Amino acid sequence: MDQTTLNFIVVGLSFALYFGIAIWARAGSTAEFYAAGRGVNPVVNGMATAADWMSAASFISMAGLIAFVGYNNSLFLMGWTGGYVLMAMLLAPYLRKFGKYTVPEFVGDRYYSNTARVVAVICLIVISVTYVIGQMSGAGVAFARFLEVDRDTGLYIAGAVVFVYAVLGGMKGITYTQVAQYCVLIIAYTIPAIFISLQLTGNPIPGLGLFSSMNEGLPGAVEAGVPLLTTLDGLLTDLGFNEYTATTNPWLMALYTLSLMIGTAGLPHVIIRFFTVPKVADARWSAGWALVFIALLYLTAPAVGAMARLNIITTMWPEGTQGEAVAQEDLPDWFNTWEVTGLLGTDDLNGDGRIQYYNEASAEGQAFAEANGLEGNELVTFNRDILVLANPEIANLPGWVIALIAAGGIAAALSTAAGLLLAISSAISHDLIKSVMNPGISEKGELLAARISMAGAIVVAVYLGLNPPGFAAQVVALAFGLAAATLFPTLMMGIFSKRMNSAGAIAGMLAGLISTCLYLFLYLGWFFVPGTNMLDSSQYLFGIPPTHFGPIGALFNFGVAFLVSRATAEPPQEIQDLVESVRIPRGAGGALAK
Amino acid sequence: MSENNAYWSANLRLVTICLVIWALASYGFAILLRPLISGIEVGGTDLGFWFAQQGSILVFLFLIFFYAWRMNKIDRDHGVDE
Repeated sequence: MDQTTLNFIVVGLSFALYFGIAIWARAGSTAEFYAAGRGVNPVVNGMATAADWMSAASFISMAGLIAFVGYNNSLFLMGWTGGYVLMAMLLAPYLRKFGKYTVPEFVGDRYYSNTARVVAVICLIVISVTYVIGQMSGAGVAFARFLEVDRDTGLYIAGAVVFVYAVLGGMKGITYTQVAQYCVLIIAYTIPAIFISLQLTGNPIPGLGLFSSMNEGLPGAVEAGVPLLTTLDGLLTDLGFNEYTATTNPWLMALYTLSLMIGTAGLPHVIIRFFTVPKVADARWSAGWALVFIALLYLTAPAVGAMARLNIITTMWPEGTQGEAVAQEDLPDWFNTWEVTGLLGTDDLNGDGRIQYYNEASAEGQAFAEANGLEGNELVTFNRDILVLANPEIANLPGWVIALIAAGGIAAALSTAAGLLLAISSAISHDLIKSVMNPGISEKGELLAARISMAGAIVVAVYLGLNPPGFAAQVVALAFGLAAATLFPTLMMGIFSKRMNSAGAIAGMLAGLISTCLYLFLYLGWFFVPGTNMLDSSQYLFGIPPTHFGPIGALFNFGVAFLVSRATAEPPQEIQDLVESVRIPRGAGGALAK
Repeated sequence: MSENNAYWSANLRLVTICLVIWALASYGFAILLRPLISGIEVGGTDLGFWFAQQGSILVFLFLIFFYAWRMNKIDRDHGVDE
């Protein structure tokens, strides 16, 4: 059986599983559609949250993102996990106690203002739509890569699969499919990692292998008993690359980490997952479990990245960097397989029949080239995603593991897309239709509206995935920056400051929204239209790139909200009582009956 | 009401302690204070690198479970648990 057929079978089986769950977990009420009836076990919710959170990018690109830069990109590891500490202590338990269905609903009720509610809906939609574009195109790429269908067909299939379980089951269907998707993706990710770690270091746990010493009998003149990271540092500096463990700019690194952490804590599609557990105490435990399941991948990713990079270098330099490079005809099979897809590419520039890989951009690399008669880096294409995609083949694992990676990549994309689509559609059906436009709508009517909004959101997401705006890469920074600058401060003040009133909150949210957008637009172009930027990267304010702006936007939000609220009347007594009640766990179960 | 105030300040105290450790493990040891602990070697590199790629995540995990456990106890002590 060839690999593509095997991929189709494994991916098809995973879809059958998701559909089975969708039929079993149909939503019969709005409570089930928005919050899975608030009956989800905290461990199960933790698993669903992990799948909700980890996207196709986490699955396919994270290891490469770290491995190609080294220490400096640890900020992604910390930024995308540390936010859960903030969420667990500052937001999730209290919002669960509040006992409603959406993030804008808390903002609207706590700040007794439909203006605040609508501003929150706008922030939510901007954040979630920008985020979902990346997921849909990620799903398309995953299909194209693994099943050899074209990207657009892949997108339609992804949309159709999500349609079935999200429209039928709402949060309930999404929760249990996410659990299944988590299991698929974590197994797919860790099996090759374990084998590679065993091969290189003899340690079966990749996270420990990263800090272990090299095995005997490895290619590339690798000395047994020397720590893996020392070996990697040595090989990289020989070839003119940056040392793997070196620091560049600690202050900017800290600021970007903070931006990702606050942004993570303010992402609505993650926050609403904590509305599905029965009690406030469960919301606290559940945040911990979510991080356990996320950490399983995030502790493996840096090891996968470093080990795969080491493997590729020793493949290219089988006798070590001082010996002869690999001869073209000696390249391993997996290398040739991936060369066909265009993710790897070679060009024998100096015509010696060997492929020399080094960093032609650095002075050290040029000196290396001069000493060895090279005329440029001959591994001309080296896609970062290869570090995860080719792992099963590098480790000589059987075809079903490769098929599992395919199912895992697709599961990661679908689970995140579904979570985002629910956040978008519930904001429309619950906050705009039910709370603002038609408060008299019946339970049945709202459930129908929720399903229609979900279907509409899927159609829009597929459309945007087919025609991604040219700025798709920048907008992810926008999503985190905006979540940090708008929703996080507003939610936190709603819980921790009884004095915060509607005028302060609205002014704060707008200050965060406008300052962040302005900073992004000034440097990246108005609405990201290329060429319309008024300043360039040499003119960053205090050297701060737009991607790092989140915490500063959040400061604007906090500052403006504080000043405006002190200048205006304090919130009415019933709102202060509401804050009191949100702070106390007792009585959260009562919301079930509602 | 005063019982609730005591409960809330106990919560704030706990959150503050946890967030100080949170910041120390990530912004501190992993990034800004890395040079200070660069002499401590871990598996071929320094302790700061370990914190950046592993240690901080393990500390985050510990913190959330510690917070959940302490907070549930504080809930019971103040009679506001479910």
